[in-house]
Amino acid sequence: MEPDVARPMFDTDELVINMGPQHPATHGVLRVVLKLDGEKVVDADVVIGYLHRGVEKLSENRDWTQIVLLTDRLDYVASAAANLAYVETVEKLLSLEVPRRARYIRTILAELQRLASHLVWLGSHAMDIGAVTVFLYCLRERELILDLFEEYCGARLTYNSMRIGGLPQDLPPNWDKKVLQFCDIQLEKLVEYETLLTHNRIWLERTKGIGVISAADAIAVGLCGPPLRGSGVVRDVRKDEPYAAYAEMEFDVPVGTNGDTYDRYLVRLEEIRQSVRIIRQALGGLPEGPVMAKVPRLIKPPAGETYHANESPKGEIGYFIASDGKSTSPYRLRVRPPSFCNLQALPQLVRGHLVADVIALIGTIDIVLGEVDR
Amino acid sequence: MIDLLVIPLIKIVIVLTGVLITVMYMVLLERKVQAWVQVRLGPMRVGPHGVLQPIADVLKLFVKEDITPVRADKVVFTLAPIIVLVPAIIAFAVIPFGDQVSIFGKPVPLHIADLNVGLLYIVAVASIGVYGIILGGWSSNSKYPLLGGLRASAQLISYEVAVTLTFVSVILASGSLSMVDIVTAQKANGVWFAFVQPLALFIYFVGALAETNRSPFDLPEAEQELVAGFHTEYSGMRFALFFLAEYANMIVVSAVATTLFFGGWLRPFPSVAFLHFLDVVPTWIWFVVKTFLVLYLFLWIRATLPRYRYDQLMRLGWKVLIPLAIANIIVTAAVKVALSD
Amino acid sequence: MGQAIAFYTIAACILGFGVLVITAKNTVHSIMFLVVNFLFVAGLYVLLGAQFLAVIQVVVYAGGIVVLYLFVVMLVNLKRPPEAHQDRRRRGRLGVTCSLVVLAELVAIAAYKYVSPAAGLPPALPMGPDNVAQVGMLLYTDYLIPFELASMLLLVAMVGAIVLARRDL
Repeated sequence: MEPDVARPMFDTDELVINMGPQHPATHGVLRVVLKLDGEKVVDADVVIGYLHRGVEKLSENRDWTQIVLLTDRLDYVASAAANLAYVETVEKLLSLEVPRRARYIRTILAELQRLASHLVWLGSHAMDIGAVTVFLYCLRERELILDLFEEYCGARLTYNSMRIGGLPQDLPPNWDKKVLQFCDIQLEKLVEYETLLTHNRIWLERTKGIGVISAADAIAVGLCGPPLRGSGVVRDVRKDEPYAAYAEMEFDVPVGTNGDTYDRYLVRLEEIRQSVRIIRQALGGLPEGPVMAKVPRLIKPPAGETYHANESPKGEIGYFIASDGKSTSPYRLRVRPPSFCNLQALPQLVRGHLVADVIALIGTIDIVLGEVDR
Repeated sequence: MIDLLVIPLIKIVIVLTGVLITVMYMVLLERKVQAWVQVRLGPMRVGPHGVLQPIADVLKLFVKEDITPVRADKVVFTLAPIIVLVPAIIAFAVIPFGDQVSIFGKPVPLHIADLNVGLLYIVAVASIGVYGIILGGWSSNSKYPLLGGLRASAQLISYEVAVTLTFVSVILASGSLSMVDIVTAQKANGVWFAFVQPLALFIYFVGALAETNRSPFDLPEAEQELVAGFHTEYSGMRFALFFLAEYANMIVVSAVATTLFFGGWLRPFPSVAFLHFLDVVPTWIWFVVKTFLVLYLFLWIRATLPRYRYDQLMRLGWKVLIPLAIANIIVTAAVKVALSD
Repeated sequence: MGQAIAFYTIAACILGFGVLVITAKNTVHSIMFLVVNFLFVAGLYVLLGAQFLAVIQVVVYAGGIVVLYLFVVMLVNLKRPPEAHQDRRRRGRLGVTCSLVVLAELVAIAAYKYVSPAAGLPPALPMGPDNVAQVGMLLYTDYLIPFELASMLLLVAMVGAIVLARRDL
């Protein structure tokens, strides 16, 4: 795609600016090399790899249960979602039936995780555009989610909250009441963020018409998750290929119309509401029963390969796993990280915009470098 | 001799220490107000409720290493913070803090100088401060500060025009350029100019936010975009000077707003007779209280609004504020002519 | 006496910084010297009792126009000197022409003063403390036409600059 930048009349040098890897607003160690004409971005080059830890290679030397730990460290603000996608992939390989209660609890955990991730996104996105207060408000509610997770699995960031075949333990007593309480708080506070942002003139001017990407382009560049839906494509793995207990849940898939930063913002806010709706349904219809299927102590899936995708807060997270049927670790494990795929769209989004918009656009695609670099 | 040298000197010392202490505590106030808005506590460790935090901050800045980048223009790099700070402080010379008081039977006016062009003097002094910001950005010999410096210069020039135009309408209303006369004119009219010139007040306030690089116009030092803008390469005491200047400028624009629009040292409702008991409060206390209320608005806005983008800021300045200010002048002048007939 | 000392000090500073403006190697330094120069000129006005002019001098020249100079200098890359400077003979010719023009001007001023000592000066105005009103009166009565002409000229310059910079109007 050729940017239609008119030839300047005067012979001006392009200014090449290196944004990152140490920069307060690139959300981690992302490096963007910007070519500027004045303050206008002519081109952008995304450089990644500063956080590469070789998770895929490491997996080849861990046994199947240990890998859940590694998936925690991919998208570290939404580790339960990564846990879930991984264990479901292995269960698919094993053709394992997971108890219904476990599937319900997994859904609740995944949606709580989506709330936490969206809160972090909203906070940092707003802070990048200068509304610092929203950031602290969002983290205030995220804190409550972390408390809930801590009560469930003992950890606040890297949960290791799923097991192949089910869950490590059943819900603690009264946990469901606390979650419902939190749902009320969350809906109430959501109004607070919206008062500060949704109709704020400055916010509208900073986000409307910024980083527009059409539905066709979004598909072509491989966007997924909220950025894809912001462009008006109805695609949600939860609806299209239901997993966990999503088939039994009733929820809407919000989509945008203009494909700009503001629409992506609205989509995510609506997703927060839908998540609360799903959590309430799942808690209401929580079935009794065991939370763990019968799984052999030493997991050894039969030879074969499979791919399974989930809707993580950031988009479609998928695992491709090949097993040789002999060893106790995967022959090959490949992660399809949503942040990585969404990040590909960045150069296309920023072309023709100003430096300040680059920050807003890095924020709007919601990346976590742990997942991009793996 | 005493009138000519000693009294002004004493006043200068009092104002200078007053301003510096206020600046130190402004930083604390800002952190506290931000914290309260954002459901946090703010500084709590140094002294009860963090009241000694400014002293700790100053000590830290004093002992920090003062780094000069190798390829920087050393002389300009050192001069830039001074060029920013000095105008910010000498602007206080013409601000009337209160009415005349008598000390040992001697009438002493509570201002350092009453220039007949006082208001223009503030404009002039503010326009010099811009240099420090541009030169600071340029002399660092680094890209982010350079961009920050360029932004700052464009922004300050644009908004200076709007702010100066609002002064014109106030001058039309008061008939004088002297700060003292503007306050006495409000006393004579029996009403604050905030009610006579609400549009001018609005434009002045927005322009003042932009001129002092405050949110939502804090582009020259937009942390999330240009790291720290024009003072990215500064550290230690020289950074502290920039910091000091920003807050001193905030106090200046608030004090000017108080003087021009909120009746300076006058008590509220200066013409309402039954409120005479309010006169027991010294005039300078009214002034300080009003200035702090204006300053509080600055902090409140910072905690509430996102940041404008550079081109939007320029558009707002040139296409909205300046035409509005000019229209306001024309209307004010027309009304004045119509009333004088 | 005090006034004379002040005047000569300021005048010396104006000249000194003027020389620095044209001799400084670095363009940004040169512009800074220009600002200092303007500030001293403002000082001269204060000495003459024209505070209004002094302040306007600072606002318009030091605070407005020179900032724009600085803007241009920082935006345009000036590391490489223009080619014209390399031609030594052309430089010499230009220098001689300029000095001759300045000399002619100085001679003309001296001669004029010698021929009619007080003819050109307007009658001395009473210097009240409020010279804002005086300047305003003069501008809108005696000097109305030059004043309006100057503003027209500036407007034309502004429009011209915009037309030059933007072809797509």
